[in-house]
Amino acid sequence: MKVQINPELCQGHGRCYDLAPGLFGADDEGYGQVLGDGTVPPGAGHDAELAAANCPEQAVELLEEG
Amino acid sequence: MAVDERFPQDPRDVAEEAEAGVRNEIITGPVSDWATDFSHLEPEWSADPYPIQDDLRQRCPIAHTERFGGAWLPTRYKDVSAIAYDTERFSSRQIIVSNFRSPRDIAPVGEAPPISSDPPFHHDARKLLLGGFTKKEVAKQEPATRAFCHALVDELAGRDVVDAARDYAQHIPVRVIANMLGFPEEDGPQFRVFVEDVLEGINRQPEERQEAFARLDAYLLAQVHDHLDNPRDDLTSFLIDAELYGSKLPPNVVTGAMALLLIAGIDTTWSAIGSSLWHLAKTPADRERLVAEPGLLPTAMEEFLRVYAPVTMARLVRDDMHWRGVDMKADDWILLSFPAANRDPAQFDRPGEVVIDREVNRHAAFGLGIHRCLGSHLARMELRVALEVWLERVPSFTLDNPAAVTWSSGQIRGPRSLPLRIG
Ligand code: HEM
Ligand code: SF4
Repeated sequence: MKVQINPELCQGHGRCYDLAPGLFGADDEGYGQVLGDGTVPPGAGHDAELAAANCPEQAVELLEEG
Repeated sequence: MAVDERFPQDPRDVAEEAEAGVRNEIITGPVSDWATDFSHLEPEWSADPYPIQDDLRQRCPIAHTERFGGAWLPTRYKDVSAIAYDTERFSSRQIIVSNFRSPRDIAPVGEAPPISSDPPFHHDARKLLLGGFTKKEVAKQEPATRAFCHALVDELAGRDVVDAARDYAQHIPVRVIANMLGFPEEDGPQFRVFVEDVLEGINRQPEERQEAFARLDAYLLAQVHDHLDNPRDDLTSFLIDAELYGSKLPPNVVTGAMALLLIAGIDTTWSAIGSSLWHLAKTPADRERLVAEPGLLPTAMEEFLRVYAPVTMARLVRDDMHWRGVDMKADDWILLSFPAANRDPAQFDRPGEVVIDREVNRHAAFGLGIHRCLGSHLARMELRVALEVWLERVPSFTLDNPAAVTWSSGQIRGPRSLPLRIG
């Protein structure tokens, strides 16, 4: 699974980097950023789902690979 | 004395500008039917708006009133979010419902950018401020905030009954924003008067309202001059020096943004802290669980923000239009209730219940879209620290007298008097 942020929708609420700091960070203006290439390591699936489910703008996308 | 020609020395030069715009008749008194005559300024709404909103959501999801010169109240999440996202048809020219409409040509800047601004100006004004309010940046305020919360609790020593709204919650955001703007800490009591004038004095006579705004302008101008004489590392000096489109900011943008930062963070955060403590005082199971499991606080906090969302905003309809079944007129108000959206059963399971371990919580307490609360990271830090310190120092507390709790009136909702029995 991979995570991705839609920059058109993100408004910098920061729920993603609060809930899943291993997967997301913030840029200098507080907008969410995916760390690395967004691959969700084993064990981090729940964090990824929480971030997606709590983003008020529905900007966090989960992509199933394959 | 340092001179900057943008800012007059005498505040009366600012205050006496003639006021253009449109006033309507002020209508007060009991509401006949909430679907056709609502008013968020009547005591019934202040005491408990949620049953009213829940009822409207079922029988008349976009309610109307002739008060305030005409206003609409959507209560479904999908309508509130659609309006927040649609900055073309719904303007932020004014975001507090009143009996006065400012002239249309103050858009897209408005009186307190960026909250009163529309695209395209909004983006540029907001961008100036974003860097100062990131999670990382506001973390710098955390140690001082924590120390201040402890000092406030120290003051309560020896008392059985304390007012958690007045003696604790309200002081926290006042102190934090005074430090960030570089205003004297001892001016705190004045800030609370400004906040009340702007947010609660809606149905006062226009002359009285204007005098109150003039006092706020005069205060801000004095702070500008103080910062021109002694520039320092704070938001006021930052705004005075900031540039947009290659030149320094116009004076009304500097003082408008200062006013916004002063007003926007006080009542709101005070309300969030107070409502959370009110809930915990009357719900021993939740209080005991949070004392035992402090790690749950960030999750619980989001639930308090959802269910007791302190902030309702407003918009002005841009042009006459038929929208989702109703006929809106240009310059009708929209009372944009994030609190009502947060309790929509179409969006949340068990919306009326406070579930402190609710994991999925896509609430809209800090708004949606381009006006997302600029201070949300700061507010979350203050709320978390305020609750952490309180629960650590005062783990056991109950409502002293539920009937003695009073609530603010207007678009920001929270307890203004909250007597708690402690120890
Ligand atoms: C729990 C506390 C708070 C709540 C619930 C809250 C809520 C909100 C909401 C709902 C909006 C959206 C306005 C709209 O859509 O028109 C907003 C905007 C804003 N808030 Fe807050 N707020 C809080 C605390 C703060 C603090 C501490 C500050 C810091 C000074 C602040 C500064 C602002 C500013 C500057 C805006 C305008 C942003 C823009 O228009 O781009 N708020 N707030
Ligand atoms: S939670 Fe959503 S809106 Fe907020 S920073 Fe993350 S992606 Fe952006």
